[in-house]
Amino acid sequence: MGLAKRIIPCLDVDAGRVVKGVQFVDIRDAGDPIEVAKRYDEQGADEITFLDITATHHERDTMLHVVEAVASQVFIPLTVGGGIRTVDDIRRMLNAGADKVGINSAAVKNPDFVREAAERFGSQCIVVAIDAKQVSAEGEPLKWEIFTHGGRQPTGIDAVEWARKMVDLGAGEILLTSMDRDGTKSGFDLDLTRAISDAVDVPVIASGGVGKLQDLSDGIKQGHADAVLAASIFHFGEHTVGEAKQQMASQGIEVRL
Amino acid sequence: MRRVAVIDYGMGNLRSVSKALEAVSADQAEIIVSADPGTILSASHVVFPGVGAIRDCIAELKRLQLDQVVIEAAGSKPFLGICLGMQALLSHSEENHGVDALDVIPGEVKFFDKPVADNGDKLKVPHMGWNRVHQTCDHPLWQNIEQDSRFYFVHSYFVSPADPAVVAGTTPYPDDFAAAIYRDNVFAAQFHPEKSQHAGLQLLENFVNWDGQS
Repeated sequence: MGLAKRIIPCLDVDAGRVVKGVQFVDIRDAGDPIEVAKRYDEQGADEITFLDITATHHERDTMLHVVEAVASQVFIPLTVGGGIRTVDDIRRMLNAGADKVGINSAAVKNPDFVREAAERFGSQCIVVAIDAKQVSAEGEPLKWEIFTHGGRQPTGIDAVEWARKMVDLGAGEILLTSMDRDGTKSGFDLDLTRAISDAVDVPVIASGGVGKLQDLSDGIKQGHADAVLAASIFHFGEHTVGEAKQQMASQGIEVRL
Repeated sequence: MRRVAVIDYGMGNLRSVSKALEAVSADQAEIIVSADPGTILSASHVVFPGVGAIRDCIAELKRLQLDQVVIEAAGSKPFLGICLGMQALLSHSEENHGVDALDVIPGEVKFFDKPVADNGDKLKVPHMGWNRVHQTCDHPLWQNIEQDSRFYFVHSYFVSPADPAVVAGTTPYPDDFAAAIYRDNVFAAQFHPEKSQHAGLQLLENFVNWDGQS
């Protein structure tokens, strides 16, 4: 009896609207991030993550308003990732009501940004998002590299070493996405998840590839993840967060019910 | 009408705290976020939140001349410390190579040093997520909150009060640590009630309605 494993629904937000499609049976306007966040809160989500995929700079403030609105109605932790490049970006998100920010490409560009951010705001709110892809051939020892630009741009950086370095610089949590599995619904890359989770002392969130409820339990039990993040299995009403938790609990995983 | 002052010293999620207080107090209380000593000391209730590192916390309190304000408020009216705001009430913290804190409640703030679960698994630090809080006393702030409810935590240090009688609730990680402490008109929690959904909002509601008697 102790710390629960977490389930974190993730919403991709473009110019203030949830994209990738969210279809709750009884929500008319499924594209409203506030409505969607409230629904996940009611279902028992342990946290909610927003990924801001807004392409244009002038629409970025929209995300601040979304966070402000959600934070005044939903009283669980909120993480915002996407477009976080400066200390000022972080401050504005935290002031709007975010509890944590996800840093991804800005960390690859300048690892010291993670140190600066952690020193300024504390490690507890700095999540480093890692997009990794397997680069070892079949039969070779497993190896993963960091990729940027949605998995198109290799960096030559080893994923396990990178995760350790980010934690040394002050990351309080790692959000790990397998670019091989993202969008495939074939389950997490469990070898990758386990390799990173066992290599660092901070919590690791597994992401990328969830297609069924069992994938979530596998991420915890086989991948050693501390939390699991998923989007589409919840968005389309296939499963509720509550169902996912019941399923995890039935396999002996401690969850908040 | 009650006036709840949330102390603003630049360390933390003040908006989350004030929004949660607003949500539970409806029209019963006015919620004010302030760094002004007069405003804070004239409020009926004071909330001392905080996230980040203790060195900056104490330094900012002193720079804004709020350290004595915190001590005075903690000695005179219903007072709620949250997370770093709890740790700052103790005498001393191990964080940042050792920092003297406000010494409102005697004791130490210690690091989770490589905790290991009963099954041999190493536990992650920070202690992050929803854990159980076992209420070890009857306190008005626990009213209508089920025993062993889960609250949201995120911290790498925990308080170890000199007098174990001030512990109001414990949480296992894997050893029991003080998740909440109390003395007279002061209550302080390591977890974030403003992020702990129903149980957390209930605790905040209890606080707004509290007369400071424990």
